[in-house]
Amino acid sequence: MGMTHVVDRRLNGKNKSAVNRERFLRRYRHHIKKAVADAVQRRSITDIERGENVSIPTRDIEEPIFHHGQGGRREVVHPGNQEFVAGDTIPKPPGGGGGGQGQGKASPDGEGMDEFAFQITQEEFLDFLFDDLELPNLARKKLKDTDAFKYVRSGFTTQGVPAKLDVVRSLRGAHARRLGLGGARKKKIRELEEQLADLKSAPEDLDPAFSHEDQIQVLEEEIARLKANVRRIPFIDEIDLRYRQHRKHPQPATSAVMFCLMDVSGSMTQMHKDIAKRFFILLYLFLKKNYKKIDVVFIRHHTSAKEVDEEEFFYSRETGGTIVSSALKLMKKIVESRYPPSEWNIYAAQASDGDNWNDDSPVCSKILADSILPLVQYYAYIEITPQDHQMLWYEYEKIMERFPQSFAMQQIADPGEIYPVFRQLFERKAA
Amino acid sequence: MTDMMDRPDVPENGHVGDRQPISTSSEWTFDLIRKYDDEIAKCAAEFGLDTYPNQIEVISAEQMMDAYSSVGMPVGYHHWSFGKQFLSTSKGYQRGQMGLAYEIVINSNPCIAYLMEENTLPMQALVIAHACYGHNSFFKGNYLFRTWTDASAIIDYLVFARHYVAECEERHGVDAVEQILDSCHALMNYGVDRYKRPAPISAVEEQRRQQEREEYQQRRINDLWRTIPRLDDDEDPVKRQRRFPEEPQENILYFIEKNAPLLETWQREIVRIVRKLGQYFYPQRQTQVMNEGWATFWHYTLTHKMYEKGLVNDGFMLEFLQSHTAVVYQPPFNSPWYSGLNPYTLGFSIFMDLRRICENPTDEDREWFPDIAGTDWLETLHFAMKNFKDESFIQQFLSPKVMRDMKLFAIQNDDQEDVYRVTAIHDDPGYRILREKLARQYNLSYREPNIQVWNVNVRGDRSLTLRHIPVDRVPLGDETEEVLRHVHRLWGFDVHLESVDEGTMVEEYHCPPRELEED
Repeated sequence: MGMTHVVDRRLNGKNKSAVNRERFLRRYRHHIKKAVADAVQRRSITDIERGENVSIPTRDIEEPIFHHGQGGRREVVHPGNQEFVAGDTIPKPPGGGGGGQGQGKASPDGEGMDEFAFQITQEEFLDFLFDDLELPNLARKKLKDTDAFKYVRSGFTTQGVPAKLDVVRSLRGAHARRLGLGGARKKKIRELEEQLADLKSAPEDLDPAFSHEDQIQVLEEEIARLKANVRRIPFIDEIDLRYRQHRKHPQPATSAVMFCLMDVSGSMTQMHKDIAKRFFILLYLFLKKNYKKIDVVFIRHHTSAKEVDEEEFFYSRETGGTIVSSALKLMKKIVESRYPPSEWNIYAAQASDGDNWNDDSPVCSKILADSILPLVQYYAYIEITPQDHQMLWYEYEKIMERFPQSFAMQQIADPGEIYPVFRQLFERKAA
Repeated sequence: MTDMMDRPDVPENGHVGDRQPISTSSEWTFDLIRKYDDEIAKCAAEFGLDTYPNQIEVISAEQMMDAYSSVGMPVGYHHWSFGKQFLSTSKGYQRGQMGLAYEIVINSNPCIAYLMEENTLPMQALVIAHACYGHNSFFKGNYLFRTWTDASAIIDYLVFARHYVAECEERHGVDAVEQILDSCHALMNYGVDRYKRPAPISAVEEQRRQQEREEYQQRRINDLWRTIPRLDDDEDPVKRQRRFPEEPQENILYFIEKNAPLLETWQREIVRIVRKLGQYFYPQRQTQVMNEGWATFWHYTLTHKMYEKGLVNDGFMLEFLQSHTAVVYQPPFNSPWYSGLNPYTLGFSIFMDLRRICENPTDEDREWFPDIAGTDWLETLHFAMKNFKDESFIQQFLSPKVMRDMKLFAIQNDDQEDVYRVTAIHDDPGYRILREKLARQYNLSYREPNIQVWNVNVRGDRSLTLRHIPVDRVPLGDETEEVLRHVHRLWGFDVHLESVDEGTMVEEYHCPPRELEED
C-alpha cells in the first residue's frame, strides 16, 4: 500500500512532561516541603546535596470520580473455574470485604495504596529547602552592585571613537575593497599594456595608412584613463573603518564569604557541634544558590581563636575556658586583610553553647557593634543549649535591638529545630 | 509448521524463490521496519483490512513515559494530574516493577503508532501488525468510533485545546484554570450524550465557533436566569411545578456548560474542551475487549500469513509466539496475578472462535449461531467488528466453546447474604446466563453509577439536584462527596445528589454539607 510514514522521533525532546511534573510539584509543595524538612534532620551532612524520596498520602492526590461503593448485590464473571457448580456457596471471609470483587481502586503497581511515592532531584530538593527564604539585605547589596560593570568584547562595529579603531581589520577591509573596485580595471590595464607592447615591437608598416600610430595613441589614452580611475580608488575609505565594540555587562555580586565561628571549649559536646555543623551547611548551601563564588572561613575558639580547615573545625577537641571575643577579633582581622567589604558579601554565623567568660561578653558586644556589623550583610548567632541563657545572650539581645536588619539570634535545643530556626533567621522580610 | 522446520536458515543467495525471510537478525533498522510494514500491509490488504494511512514513530523509553502520562494524547494541555501519572510511570519503570507498553496507538488520521526503540525486530513487526493494521482498521470501521470521533480532526482539536488552556492560564492564572480542570476531570465520564450523535470536532471550526459562542453564550444564560425571580405571575401551580431540565440529562458537563449561572465564558470553554475529550475517549471505554481482541487476532493472523509466505523464519515465529502468549495469558481467578478478565484474551478468543464457527462449525455452533456457522469468516468478522460494542459483542458472539475454554463462572456477592453464590458455570444450563452476566459487566452504565441532572431550583436557591439510580442496591463510593464539591465549584450554588431506588430515597449527599438540625 505504501501509505505508511516511518518517523524517527527519538531525537525530539523527551521532556514533554516537564511542565506537568512541575505542576504536580507546585500543587503538592506543602507535602514536599515537609518531606524535605524531615530529610534535613535525618540526613548525614555530607550527602545533603542529592534528591529525595517524597511520599504523599494517596488520599490527598486522588482525582475523585463517581464510582460504585461496597454493598448491594453484584455478580462478576471469573475465569479458571475448577470445582464449582451452579448453586455452590462459599462462606464470606469475616469482616465483610475482600472477596476479589474487583471493586474500589486497585493500586497500579502493587505498592502500598496509601502512599504515592516519587523522587525529586537535588535541584528541586534545594529549591524546596530554601523556598521562602531570602538572605537578608541581599536586595540592598544587589542594588548597590549593579553599579559595577565589566566591559566585554562583542565583535566589531563601523562606528566608534578613534581609540577603538582596529587597524588590522580596517586595512583588511580596505584591501578587499580596493581589490573589488580596482581588480577588473587593473586586469584590463595589463591587457592593454600587452597589446601596446605588441604594437610597439611590431615592425613599422611603410604605408602610413597602416601605421600603428593611431592605435597606439588610442591604447595609451585608454590606459591613462583607466590608471586615473584606479588612482582615484582611495587607499582607505571611511567605510573600511572598523572599531572594536564593547558592551557593558552588569557585574552582579557573585562572591560571598561566610565566616563560621564556633566555640570548641570543653562544654561543647559532639552533639552540639553536629547541630552547629548542620546549621553551617544549610547556610553554605543557601549561599551557594545565590553566589557564584563562596569562600568559607572557619574560626574556632576557646580561650583563643584560630583559623582552621573544615576537618579541624568540626572534629578536633579542645578543653578549657571560653573567650568569645577572641574569635570576633580574629574575624575582624581576616576581613580587613582579605575580604574588603566593597568586593565581598560577608556573612557570619556563630554557634556556641552560650558559655563565655563573663567579663568578656560586653567586649564581644562592643566589637560586634563597632567593627563587625557595619561590614557584614548578616550575622546570625545560634545558641545550642537547652539551659538558661547566660551573660552573652543578654548582651547579644541588646545588639539585636540596635541592628535588627543585620543581626539575628536564636536558640536551638535539639536537631529537629535546626531547619525551623534557620528558616526563621532567614525568613523573607516583608519589603 | 513442519515444512519449515528443516529449513531454518535463509539461503545465502536467495534462489529458493518462495522462502525468503525479510531478515534473520533481531536488530531492527528503519529500512527493515519499512520492509516489514510493506509486507504486513500486503497481507492486510489480502484480508480486506481497511485502514487510515499509518504514521509509525519510533520513540525512546522516556518518550513512551511521556506518552503514557498524557493518556496517549500526542498533544495535551498542561495539568498536574499528567505530572502525577508521569511520576508514577517513571518510578515504576525505573524500579523495574513495570514494563512499558510496546506501542501506543492514537485514533487519528493518519493513525499514529508509537514504537519503542527497545523492541526487537520481531516485536516491532508484531506491534505494527497489531496497532497499524489491527487497531487502525478498528478505529476506521467500528460504528462507535465512526459516530463519536473524527480521526482527521482530533490532533488539530488537541492543539486548539492546548493553546486555549495556555491562554487562559496567562490571563486568569494557573490556579484558576487548574481548579476548573480538576472539577471537569472529576466529571469527564459524565460528559457524553449516549444517544445523540455529537457534532464532529474540528479545530478550525471550533476556533471560529468559540468566538461566536463567547458573544452569545453569556446572553443565553442570562436569559434563562432572568425569567426566574418573577414570582408574581407564578400562581399557576402547574407552571410552578415545571421542572428544569424537563427531561433528566445524562450529560452533566454539557448541562453545566450551557446552564451554570456563574461560570465565565472561558470557564465554559474549558468545560467544553474536557467534555469533547471525554467524548473522544468514550468509544475506547466501550470497546476494550473488541478493540484489543481484534488487534490481537490480526497480529496473530497476519504474522502467520507472513510465515506461510516464507517472509519470516522460525526464530522470528518463536519470539513472536512467546510475546503473543504472554499478551493473551489469563491467570485463573485464584492466582495471585489475577486481576480480572484479560480483555486481550477474551476478545482474541471470541474472534478466533468466530472464525472457527464459520470455517468448521460443530452441531453446537449450528444451534447457537445458525446465521453464522459456515459463512464467510472474513465477512462475519468484519461485520462483528463494525457493528458492535463490548456489551453487545459478547451478548452476540460469546460461544459456549469459549466459555468452556476459559472456564468461566459467575459469582454473586449480595451484602444481605453471608455467602457468595456460584450462579452459573460453563455448562448447558449456564451458558446463556453467563453470557448475559458477562455482557452486562461491560455495559458502561452498569460499570459506572447512573447519575443524571434531575432538577434545578430555578425559582428558589438555584440549587442543582442530581439523581443516582442504583442498580442492584449498589451504593455510591466514598469519593462521592469529593466529586460533589467539584460539581458545586462549577455550578456555583448548592448541589444535591439523591440516590433513588425504585421511588425511595436511599441516600442523599449535599454540598455544602447540610447542617444536622435541618429537616
